[in-house]
Amino acid sequence: MRYIRPLSMEDAVGQLAGSPGTAAILAGGSDLLVRMKGGFVEPDLIVDIKAIDGLAEIRQTAEGFSIGAAVSCALMGESAALKREWPGVVEAAKLIGSKQVQGRCTIVGNLCNASPAADSVPALVAAGARALIVGPGGRRTVAVEAVPTGPGKTSLAKGEIIEAILLDRRGPHSGDAYLRFIPRTEMDIAVVSAGVNLTLDEQGVVKSARVALGAVAPTVLLVEEAAEALIGRKLDEAALERLAKVCSGACRPIDDKRGTVEFRRKVAGVLARRAATTAYARAGDK
Amino acid sequence: MNFDPRYSGRNFASVGTRPIRPDGVDKVTGRARYGADFNMAGQLVGRVLRSPHAHATIRKIDTSKAEKLNGVKAVITAADLPDLTDGDAALYDILDNCMARKKALYDGHAVAAVAAVDARTARQALQLIEVDYEVLPHVTDVDEAMKHSAPVLNDTIFTEGLEQKPVKPSNVTKRSQYGHGDIHEGFGRADYVVERSFKTEQTHQGYIEPHACVASVSSDGTADLWVCTQGHFVYRQHCAQLLGMEASKLRVTSSEIGGGFGGKTHVWAEPVALALSRKAGRPVKLVMTRDEVFRASGPTSATSIDVRIGARKDGTITAAEATLRYSCGPYAGMWAELGAMTAFACYNLANVRTVGYEVLVNRPKTAAYRAPSAPMAAFAVESAVDELAKEIGMDPVEFRIRNAAQEGTRSSYGPVYGPIGIGPTLEAAKNHPHMKAPLGENQGRGMACGFWFNFGGQTCTDLNIGMDGSVSLAVGTVDVGGSRASLSLVAAEELGIAYEQVKAVVADTSSLGYNDMTDGSRGTFSSSMATISAARNAIKVLRERAAQMWDIPVDDVVWENGHAIAKGEKYGNLAALSLKEIAAGSGKTGGPIAGHSELVADGAGVSFATHICDIEVDPETGATKVLRYTVVQDAGKAVHPTYVEGQYQGGAAQGIGWALNEEYVYGKDGRLQNPGFLDYRIPVCSDLPMIDTQILEIPNPNHPYGVRGVGETSIVPPLAAIANAVSNAAGVRMTHIPMSPPRILAAIEAERGGRWSK
Repeated sequence: MRYIRPLSMEDAVGQLAGSPGTAAILAGGSDLLVRMKGGFVEPDLIVDIKAIDGLAEIRQTAEGFSIGAAVSCALMGESAALKREWPGVVEAAKLIGSKQVQGRCTIVGNLCNASPAADSVPALVAAGARALIVGPGGRRTVAVEAVPTGPGKTSLAKGEIIEAILLDRRGPHSGDAYLRFIPRTEMDIAVVSAGVNLTLDEQGVVKSARVALGAVAPTVLLVEEAAEALIGRKLDEAALERLAKVCSGACRPIDDKRGTVEFRRKVAGVLARRAATTAYARAGDK
Repeated sequence: MNFDPRYSGRNFASVGTRPIRPDGVDKVTGRARYGADFNMAGQLVGRVLRSPHAHATIRKIDTSKAEKLNGVKAVITAADLPDLTDGDAALYDILDNCMARKKALYDGHAVAAVAAVDARTARQALQLIEVDYEVLPHVTDVDEAMKHSAPVLNDTIFTEGLEQKPVKPSNVTKRSQYGHGDIHEGFGRADYVVERSFKTEQTHQGYIEPHACVASVSSDGTADLWVCTQGHFVYRQHCAQLLGMEASKLRVTSSEIGGGFGGKTHVWAEPVALALSRKAGRPVKLVMTRDEVFRASGPTSATSIDVRIGARKDGTITAAEATLRYSCGPYAGMWAELGAMTAFACYNLANVRTVGYEVLVNRPKTAAYRAPSAPMAAFAVESAVDELAKEIGMDPVEFRIRNAAQEGTRSSYGPVYGPIGIGPTLEAAKNHPHMKAPLGENQGRGMACGFWFNFGGQTCTDLNIGMDGSVSLAVGTVDVGGSRASLSLVAAEELGIAYEQVKAVVADTSSLGYNDMTDGSRGTFSSSMATISAARNAIKVLRERAAQMWDIPVDDVVWENGHAIAKGEKYGNLAALSLKEIAAGSGKTGGPIAGHSELVADGAGVSFATHICDIEVDPETGATKVLRYTVVQDAGKAVHPTYVEGQYQGGAAQGIGWALNEEYVYGKDGRLQNPGFLDYRIPVCSDLPMIDTQILEIPNPNHPYGVRGVGETSIVPPLAAIANAVSNAAGVRMTHIPMSPPRILAAIEAERGGRWSK
């Protein structure tokens, strides 16, 4: 096993692309190290990206935010600007693991681990976040929902690294929220989750909406019909009922050790409704 | 030595105070040595190969490739642990569980082990061992295993305890029955009858420290074992028997223990580590991973219980019966029997009958878990009691008070009670402010009672007085819950000296006589009795030495407040001699001063508790929140009240986890799906409220200070108390533990006539 700590993105991409065996990218390590210690993986090459210039920074630009691949979730929680603009994304990032884990783990790692139950992913999908990918062929940008393709699988090609997550600058009257269901109060994995992102007009009517569900299908679901249930409405009871029904119907869950099909269906609707209510209140405050 | 264990009322100077525990600083600084903290020069890493199958015949094991791997020093299979059990069936089960002989009986059953120079080599070696399995049909559910169609785990087992010996083998190893009176007559007089069936899933003790040991076998056949255990003398006995050693040739030292709760009363890794060391000729360290702890140590039983209770309109129970089916893993046990004994122990019943069935399943061998078997029986009985009170229209506390056992009551499991605490804990609960606190929307209150026998047993202590007057106390019961602090208080009390002058240690098996293990809530009860006896023996010596120093008859010397005092006017000018002064001169008065004690601590007083809890249920998700929790329990006498409260809180915390989320989840393939703390959900801090405690002291007549064991009873009522609270909050009776959110939501939906239920 070889461990390297490149100082540039080009070097990291080159090393990854040129490695003959299995390679893994190390940022926070909160998934990789656990899997290595459990004996599930033993990569030939580990590329630690934390020393790459700028990768551990949250940058605010004219377009919005760029969250580097080595930015810890705890650091996201300390960014007042990010919290103000994207409270739902930050609250999702701050739900991962424990306080200690949040000091290490990253949203890019969470995305690339490709778990359907990843906490930050539904919030990012709802937020319309994009992933900036660097690879042997250059740079490209994709919607975050295009990255995971199934449990533990991504669309990233050999040698490709996600450099940053990009979030748009917020207009007025916008708000997002994320909720997950866990049987405990913390240190757990979502049984069901929902992220909702809304923008309202001056009258409080929903202009645009994105609704994403986690842990109810092999990948996070972007439920367009759920967004349609909200657009053009003021989040009245009928709209919320419709949202819950559509979300429950969109689920393709399984029975497993964490919950049943019926439970996930029902609670997906409940959480979407509650998250929409919070997002709506947040949007109305701005 | 005439030691009188009877209770005598007295005023205490040390007992009942709350000093800092002697092991505290080392534990919070990390200096304390736990099982995995022992190391030896030349030590090898031991690892165990485990069956991936729930049930399979082992046709052949080929270890040749593993043996050839560079760095591998020993590979063992069952052949390296020959059967020396000589017809002792229980010991044979222990042997077979440590290393499968003919069949792998559960997912995780050990089939081979290696010792190698490092962990990586050991892991690689395991992959090189080839096991030829013939996979057999399996059964993991306790009710399924009792069906005639179920695969039989062991075709030499014919149910014991039936009137006629069965002609066919089955998974039911034994039927047991307890009770008295005529239940048919009793039910005939009942105005109300409640009948319900309940299930509880299998849980693990969840101790934070995994099993760990270092074994070192010398070429002369003697051996040392450093190990995390609740009972190093018992471990020595079992290991020596399984390896064909004389007990005295095996010295076992117990480490600090990061939790046991009954789960460290059984050997798993230790005989394997010794066999590896014997074969390799080098010390071997064997530490289980958490995955191994879940798959291959000893969880509690899964159960299926039917209860029927009848009462008259005035609230008098006229008859009660229960049928209890407990899973034992693949080996015979007496888990259902313990459930059958404890089920109705809180009540004064004219007509009662309980029947227990011990059931074999393809799961790990059941081990004790804190008041083993009682929490599940209490869950079923106390749920039914609550429902019956409701049907009659009586307050659940009043209903229980009316039927509570008292001094002189013949218990449902046979003995007649002496002075007991069930009535007082119920009265205390009734008068507790918690009972009157208001409840909000979706909130419910529940209460329940619990019983545990408590044990005593063989105990040996040494008390040595140093020449500087400080006292070292060597005990043989492993300190699981602060017993070194409690026993130091007891020694200080008897000798009339300060707590700080006493240092208690847990001695190894070569330094002290045999001690039963720290189980059955016996640690402080029995070792304090032995410490009192040892201290009194030391005082006898101290008086003799003082008499010698003064040159007066020993009968004229009394011991008061840590001093020898010459009794009588004629000695008026003799200043009292302190323990320190007598110790300083001991070299000239006959040598070291010590007190020893060997005894069987009989008469452990039975223990009762009443718990109250408030729960909020989210009716849309089935999520629960424990809002408030109160434990009322009889301690007899709380030697160190802080650690008594700790036991009360710990039992309640474990019970809350068990009631709400903890469970072994098996797949259709018979493999455990959740062998880790991520998906085996013990509560985290933020899941629990501050657990309030109230200590009652109803002296145990069979202990000089009135002490009763306190460690186990606290886990008996929570399943039922929480089930009653959740049922009240959700408006539907919960009958399946754990009451995880999917189960609660399904019950709520079913009650509302929703379209799905499960």
